[in-house]
Amino acid sequence: MSTSAKMETRNMSFYYGESKALENISIAFQACRVTSLIGPSGCGKSTFLRTLNRMNDIIAGTRVEGEVLLDGRSIYDADVDVVDIRRRVGMVFQKPNPFPKTIFNDVAYGLRIRGLRNRTELYDRVEASLKAAAIWDEVKDRLNESALGLSGGQQQRVCIARALAVEPEVLLMDEPASALDPIATQKIEELIRALRDRYTIIIVTHNMQQAARISDETAFLYMGKLVEVGKTDMIFTKPSCRRTEDYITGRFG
Amino acid sequence: MNASTTKETAIKTGFLVVALASIVILAMIVVFLFREGLPIFRKVSVRDFLLGRYWYPTADPPDFGIFPLIVGSVVVTLLSCVIAVPLGVLSAVYVSEIAGSRMKEILKPAIELLASLPSVVIGFFGMVVVAPTLQEWFDIPTGLNVLNASIMLALMAIPTISSISEDALHGVRRELREASLALGATRWETISRVMIPAALSGLSTAVILGMSRAIGETMVVLMVAGGAAAIPESIFDACRPMPASIAAEMAEAPFRGDHYHALFATGVVLFMMTLAFNLVADMIAAKYKQVGTATL
Amino acid sequence: MERRKKRKLIEAGAFLIVRSAALVIVLSLAVVVGFILFHGASAVNWTFLTQPPREAMTAGGIFPAILGTLYLTAGAILVAFPAGVASAVYLSEYAREGRLVRIVRLAINNLAGVPSVVFGLFGLALFVVFFKFGSSILSGSLTLGLLILPVIIGASEEALKAVPRTYREASLALGATRWQMIHRVVLPAAFPGILTATILGIGRAAGETAPIMFTAAAFYTARLPTSIFDEVMALPYHIYVLATAGTHIEQTRPLQYATALVLIALVLAVNLVAILLRARMRRRRMS
Repeated sequence: MSTSAKMETRNMSFYYGESKALENISIAFQACRVTSLIGPSGCGKSTFLRTLNRMNDIIAGTRVEGEVLLDGRSIYDADVDVVDIRRRVGMVFQKPNPFPKTIFNDVAYGLRIRGLRNRTELYDRVEASLKAAAIWDEVKDRLNESALGLSGGQQQRVCIARALAVEPEVLLMDEPASALDPIATQKIEELIRALRDRYTIIIVTHNMQQAARISDETAFLYMGKLVEVGKTDMIFTKPSCRRTEDYITGRFG
Repeated sequence: MNASTTKETAIKTGFLVVALASIVILAMIVVFLFREGLPIFRKVSVRDFLLGRYWYPTADPPDFGIFPLIVGSVVVTLLSCVIAVPLGVLSAVYVSEIAGSRMKEILKPAIELLASLPSVVIGFFGMVVVAPTLQEWFDIPTGLNVLNASIMLALMAIPTISSISEDALHGVRRELREASLALGATRWETISRVMIPAALSGLSTAVILGMSRAIGETMVVLMVAGGAAAIPESIFDACRPMPASIAAEMAEAPFRGDHYHALFATGVVLFMMTLAFNLVADMIAAKYKQVGTATL
Repeated sequence: MERRKKRKLIEAGAFLIVRSAALVIVLSLAVVVGFILFHGASAVNWTFLTQPPREAMTAGGIFPAILGTLYLTAGAILVAFPAGVASAVYLSEYAREGRLVRIVRLAINNLAGVPSVVFGLFGLALFVVFFKFGSSILSGSLTLGLLILPVIIGASEEALKAVPRTYREASLALGATRWQMIHRVVLPAAFPGILTATILGIGRAAGETAPIMFTAAAFYTARLPTSIFDEVMALPYHIYVLATAGTHIEQTRPLQYATALVLIALVLAVNLVAILLRARMRRRRMS
């Protein structure tokens, strides 16, 4: 089973300085599936997500033990290029964070830094990405305006388009709808379901209904440990651990 | 109850009055500069004063043309910026984006200490160290010239530019940096394509305030610019920027004579120039702040 | 693959340039300070620090200049500290952002940008001439005080803003009036920051030359000042005079270096104290 995983951690622990934030996590993410990471706040969901594209590297004094594999290769090996890893493993953040650029330049950013100069090709890729992110119709007439003028939900979809433009294989989403209103949230959820065919998606959410709606698999983290992982309907109907059940039924967290 | 409210109001008013002092002082600076400076325009037209090519205040008859002094100020300021802007901005980039925490702990105080060096000491250093060095390297008759003054002024402008630039970079939302890195940009691509453009208005404020600092600086240009009241033709020529002229001549100018008034009028011109710089910097900062909150 | 190598190479090159810029700055500081230390150290001794100049300032010490700088700096702080802190209290604790506050801030920013020689002219026109204080400690202190006022306002306001809002709320919730809150809770909490502001002001005032040239500084006085209406010698001006105006410029080089050394030692020590104080405050706030 684990051999066919797109992304996988093996006995992975993570430290901020001396304190251990994640303990011995082993989990496999299958290709073209959506996996939700749930758990009470402070349980390490976001930290875990950020170990998958080495985003924690930019925080001084952090350390990873164990293995994180992408297509069976460790992404923390010395000869691995972190920049390449981050292209292959895209990320969408909790708060929409468009650059202070035009929508077009924002989405084209990742392509340009990879040396794509051809204007038509750039335009095609930007259009395709915005369409894939289900935002094209709303912004096609204002590509030269700043993304900062859009609503929060629209901004977030532009950010998703930006992440898709560089053709990642895995997409990490850190509570992508938590700053949005219910309607915008619904749109993001629809989008995630549509993207599942092409990407391996790992999403952190504090909203259990959301996890139930959008994900194939669900993992429950508690105090830096992986308590349970399995098919979403199993986790939500017949969790095997008492803690999971308590959390899901709202007895704590 | 009522008494305590009255007391509170009185205290608040007291603080307000003190806070208004800054406005009053600035206004008084204008009033007194003009009061002592304007009388010169009974002797020489504004146009001749600003554009006159000869500054011979003690000749008979005297010439009160400060054009060479204005050119001197502008030239040393621009040249010092050519040196100070890259160094100041890049050092800010280093401190804010690249340096580890230990390097930061060395560099930030170093920049602050550089800012605290008295201008007379920098001028002195320019006289006794830089001037002879330039003289030797370029085989020129004197090392007290535009180039020397510009280098020394750059030393004084760098900390201003560096610290304001650092604030500007620091003010860029952290999420933008992460977004760029998460897309597979290198750190330098993130700095040059996201951080610097996002901080651009703050960086331009830094440059303008650095220029303002350089154009108003006195002791350095007094000691190392060479003092010739002529329009410099090369960076190895001596010049006499406005502050140098004021500082050097005020002691000898007869009280409320034409020369005295002309020096005050020069002060007015200098004051107006720095005021303009500061107002522009303030406008940029204010506009930037508005955009910032409007988009939150 | 090629493209990726090129991007890495560009990054390495850019970082090298950025690092060198930082290095140049640190080196400049080290060279300036080092040079003056190297040349001045041998001439600084007890006699130099405690004796007046002799033989037309070609020998002897700089005691009157040290004393003069202390007087002028103390006077400047006396002027700027109360006014600066009070302004900061108004801006941070009372003012609501509006047109008036905007104008006050604009004035402070512009005051900070006024060239020091223009302050000198202003001091000459207002204190020396208009108020007839003459060239004196009083005129010089007032001029320097106005010069450092924006420094003190800015740093004090920052110190006040750094006081956690919960302190204020807790105090008000206990039924304190605004003023009670300010002087019993906010000001004590901001005290180390305000002290830092004052120290920075001292450093700035001690090193300025242009503002005191026409308002206070004497080329040479044999006697020490006895009142605030006396002229004084001052360290920065003394350096300038020795280095440019004497008849024995080359001969008195060691004295110039030594005087410069005393001045930067004073100014750097003052600033270092401020920096350390601030670092300690920051650490305490973090823990």
